[in-house]
Amino acid sequence: MTVAIRDGLKVWQRRERAAQFAIWAAWLVGVAVLVVSWSFISEKTIWPFVLDAPQQAADLGVRMVPPDWSSIGQLWRPMWDTINMATLGTLMGVALAVPVAYCAARNTTPSAVLRPIAMFIIVASRSINSLIWALMLVTIIGPGVLAGMIAIGLRSIGFCAKLLYEAIEEIDESQVEAVRATGASAAQVTAYGVVPQVMPAFAGISVFRWDINIRESTVLGLVGAGGIGLPLNSAITTLAWTKVSLILLVIIASVVLSEWVSAKVRQAII
Amino acid sequence: MSAANAASAVPRVWRKPPLIKSAALRWGIGIAVALYLAAAFGTTEVNWGRVWEGLPRGARFFAAFFPPDFTTRSSEIFDGILESIWMTVVATAIGIVLSIPVGLGAAKNIAPAPVYYICRGFLAVSRSFQEIILAIFFVKLFGFGPFAGVVTLAFATIGFYGKLLAEDIEDMDSSQAEAVRATGASWLQWVNFGIQPQVLPRMLGLALYRVDINFRESAVVGIVGAGGIGATLDTAFNRYEFDSAAAILLVIIAIVMLMEYFSGFVRRWVQ
Repeated sequence: MTVAIRDGLKVWQRRERAAQFAIWAAWLVGVAVLVVSWSFISEKTIWPFVLDAPQQAADLGVRMVPPDWSSIGQLWRPMWDTINMATLGTLMGVALAVPVAYCAARNTTPSAVLRPIAMFIIVASRSINSLIWALMLVTIIGPGVLAGMIAIGLRSIGFCAKLLYEAIEEIDESQVEAVRATGASAAQVTAYGVVPQVMPAFAGISVFRWDINIRESTVLGLVGAGGIGLPLNSAITTLAWTKVSLILLVIIASVVLSEWVSAKVRQAII
Repeated sequence: MSAANAASAVPRVWRKPPLIKSAALRWGIGIAVALYLAAAFGTTEVNWGRVWEGLPRGARFFAAFFPPDFTTRSSEIFDGILESIWMTVVATAIGIVLSIPVGLGAAKNIAPAPVYYICRGFLAVSRSFQEIILAIFFVKLFGFGPFAGVVTLAFATIGFYGKLLAEDIEDMDSSQAEAVRATGASWLQWVNFGIQPQVLPRMLGLALYRVDINFRESAVVGIVGAGGIGATLDTAFNRYEFDSAAAILLVIIAIVMLMEYFSGFVRRWVQ
């Protein structure tokens, strides 16, 4: 508690008493929840395994060096698949996100019934990780790149639609009104009043999501949805650690590269 | 006046200005995109027979949502969800506490150059791996169970939160920090009274956002054995128990929605 005391009298205090108590209570609840949570985790943990970790790490480190560069030839094809999953998935995601965002934005939604439905689509798509979408799609349509692509697309709808509908809600209404005042139809109002205002945001969001999707699609292979995750999974299960370290290096390189591309493109747009 | 009249006399049709001004760049991008799409679709192998076979299964999955089966596997679902929540709480708390020194070190305006480069390097590495890949390694190191998941999520939280904290500190108003320093404050007092109040409101919002992310991630790290609801979900899918899987998905969605509502409430309370 921050107070200033002069001659034994409190002359200044940072917060009012009620605010001070509220903050104290919030800390108390927070710490209590944390302690309870930790006790549950600790109960389910086999501590000898945890204490053993430094040796395990050292052992693993030794076995992963040097990376097995000779097997890099087998990685081009999965890497190409990974990039395709991310890119085509993003295309599918943004294409589906546009109508959802249009229905979710308060100022463009065609009816009050559609808005909650659009909101539910956004939350549902966002709360389920692309790996779970992939898991689901692999059991439904079989393993392969298509399942990964659709998984990425479904996961991207929520993210893109959320950012896009926020951008639509922030547009300058006077421009829309000006277009409407010329006697434009509803479609024309959207095309000439709304779309030009959100176009830069839309392009930025798409590129940003593409960058995230590259990262996500590197692991979809772990559940059988194609891409670089497949060789990673098989290398881990066969304990070929030098191969694992090579794949990890390839993944880092692709992630760094895609981040750089997306930053450049977003700079050019904004 | 006469010039304007002359201009309006010329029959011209207004056209929407293109998004990309340079025509060469516009066409270049268009052709590159077309070529890429052709290559991508040309090389993607899809087993349409298998997809066709799976469609009735997909229909069965969607039918399973009406109604989902909460009862058959209720104890597994309950345990898994609780474990996910515990993991989320612990991992977020540990991750945020650890990300504060890293974030302070990674802010260019307050950290000395060597510290800055070390912290930035650490943030870059911790952010470039997917949580699942981290989880695989932490399961190898710490054994199966929620502890590996907690370490995974805490590590990912440091990367996310440390970077945003560093950026927020870099954007702060330096005159306020200088004013505190001019009173003769120690380094700790300077950080606590000059910097902390400037970044706290935004960082609190981001902490709640991270809780949200960590909960969603805790639902997948179980697929590789790091605890949480993911293992239950994986098993449900592998056994084609779609009605239980649907129930788990609905519980996850409901909790995420609740958290979104709650975080909006807390954010209003703070500001």
